Amino acid sequence: MSTIETRELNVYYGDEKVHALKNVEIKIEKNKVTALIGPSGCGKTTFLRSLNRLNELLGATTKGKVIIDGKDIYDGKEDVIQLRKRVGMVFQHPNPFPMSIYDNVAYGPRIHGVKKKELNGLVEESLRKAALWDEVKDRMQEIALKFSGGQQQRLCIARALAVNPEIILFDEPCSALDPVSTAKIEALLRELKHEYTIVIVTHNMQQAARVSDFTAFFLMGELIEFGETKELFERPRDKRTEDYITGRFG
Amino acid sequence: MGVLERVRIFKFWKMGESIKERLIEKLLFLLSLSSILIVFFIIVFMLKEGLPAFALGGEFFFGMTWHPATNQFGILILVLCTFIVGIGALVLATIIGIPTAVFLAEFSPEWLRNIIKPCVEMLVGIPSVVIGFFGLMVLVIFIRDTFGGWGESILAGWIILAIMTLPHVISISEDAIRAVPKAYKEASLALGATHLQTVTRVILPNARSGILASLILGMGNAVGETMAVLMVIGNPEIPFIPESVLEPVRVLTSTIVIEAAYMIWGSTHQHALIALGVVLFVIVALLNAITTVMIRKGMVK
Repeated sequence: MSTIETRELNVYYGDEKVHALKNVEIKIEKNKVTALIGPSGCGKTTFLRSLNRLNELLGATTKGKVIIDGKDIYDGKEDVIQLRKRVGMVFQHPNPFPMSIYDNVAYGPRIHGVKKKELNGLVEESLRKAALWDEVKDRMQEIALKFSGGQQQRLCIARALAVNPEIILFDEPCSALDPVSTAKIEALLRELKHEYTIVIVTHNMQQAARVSDFTAFFLMGELIEFGETKELFERPRDKRTEDYITGRFG
Repeated sequence: MGVLERVRIFKFWKMGESIKERLIEKLLFLLSLSSILIVFFIIVFMLKEGLPAFALGGEFFFGMTWHPATNQFGILILVLCTFIVGIGALVLATIIGIPTAVFLAEFSPEWLRNIIKPCVEMLVGIPSVVIGFFGLMVLVIFIRDTFGGWGESILAGWIILAIMTLPHVISISEDAIRAVPKAYKEASLALGATHLQTVTRVILPNARSGILASLILGMGNAVGETMAVLMVIGNPEIPFIPESVLEPVRVLTSTIVIEAAYMIWGSTHQHALIALGVVLFVIVALLNAITTVMIRKGMVK
């Protein structure tokens, strides 16, 4: 069962001078991890950001359809606030707000009007899911920027979980982290997919192979190949995919 | 060694590059010292000349009456009125300036920003005497006809000073708002916050120190501003505590300008005016120092 489907998705930057995504058609399955790989500038991050309409911040023009749970999010009727509640995001560099751990996690729920007495439970639950609770439970009022990069990134995951999304987008979440922190996040991804649909951009092909169920290979704004991760890495159908994953370019 | 050769040795152009470099460096250093010297001389002069007035002690600092004709030099009311005018102007500038800065940094479309921004900057370029003259001809008359009184009043001072403070408040606050990392904004929006929620809950709290700095700097400008204020606040002969914003007042700067014209050299009056200058200088320097510290702190964070 697919939860995200794109049809003839085209994204342009800067008055349509840059054609960043070209006719991308893909079906992303529920409760799976889908990895987006490809060389820098291939459009994978643009694709990811088109799923929660964060591209609009950068002045992108989007044509085509992105259907999430049966509704086109670009049909002009979709409420972008509700969309971003359903589609959470974790960024490349950990970006907790310069406030306490507690306030970081509570930020989303507060904005969406969650009642004060439910807040404590929600914060704890989110931190537990992000495998951070044991490390921070006695330090809830400390400012988030004091923690390590890996902890900050898990805090960002907890913050995203706290608004109760269905889909979580990860934009190279481990690129700024050390190997131990990376391993923790990867373990977390495998855990989270039971409850959430996960789309992750990664530069690291081993990471894609380790954590994902499906992999999409992008090149110059086009979706070259999409399939089960094992299949794509062992028997790529396209010559360009093969060249990329065997390290001949990129 | 012939004379000609000797001359050539001292020719600058023939010098080795490293010597030339060092000489120029020394020259630059000496020139840069001049600003230190100027500040030093001004301070020493003012302290020395103001000393007889400071020696009056409490009579000078806490005296309620400033009346040179009867040798009374109490500055309390002048200082009080200076702050009344300065703070009121600042409040006005805040009410208009901060929302403008937020709009320019966060909401304005590019084309509109390209119109507003140069207008705000042009405001800085208008000579204060021109603004003061405008105030006298338009604002003062408007206030007189609408609210009564003399027209030359605290209210006129507030408005004129707010106009002059506004550009500083706007541009520094806008810079502070723009300096908030984009990553915070993206994180907030990605959580489903609206743009306005993002501004009030994430961006403004993070720009806080810069915005506060802009206000304190604005306060410094307002307190030190002379010409425009002088022209619209009335400057009563004997300063008194105003009971309404429509009454005229007298501030530190305008007192110095007006009375310097007729003071008698070597009199206590002259020393007292210089001492007023010292007080003014200390207030403005203090406000500027606070701003500098705050901006630097904001940058580090």
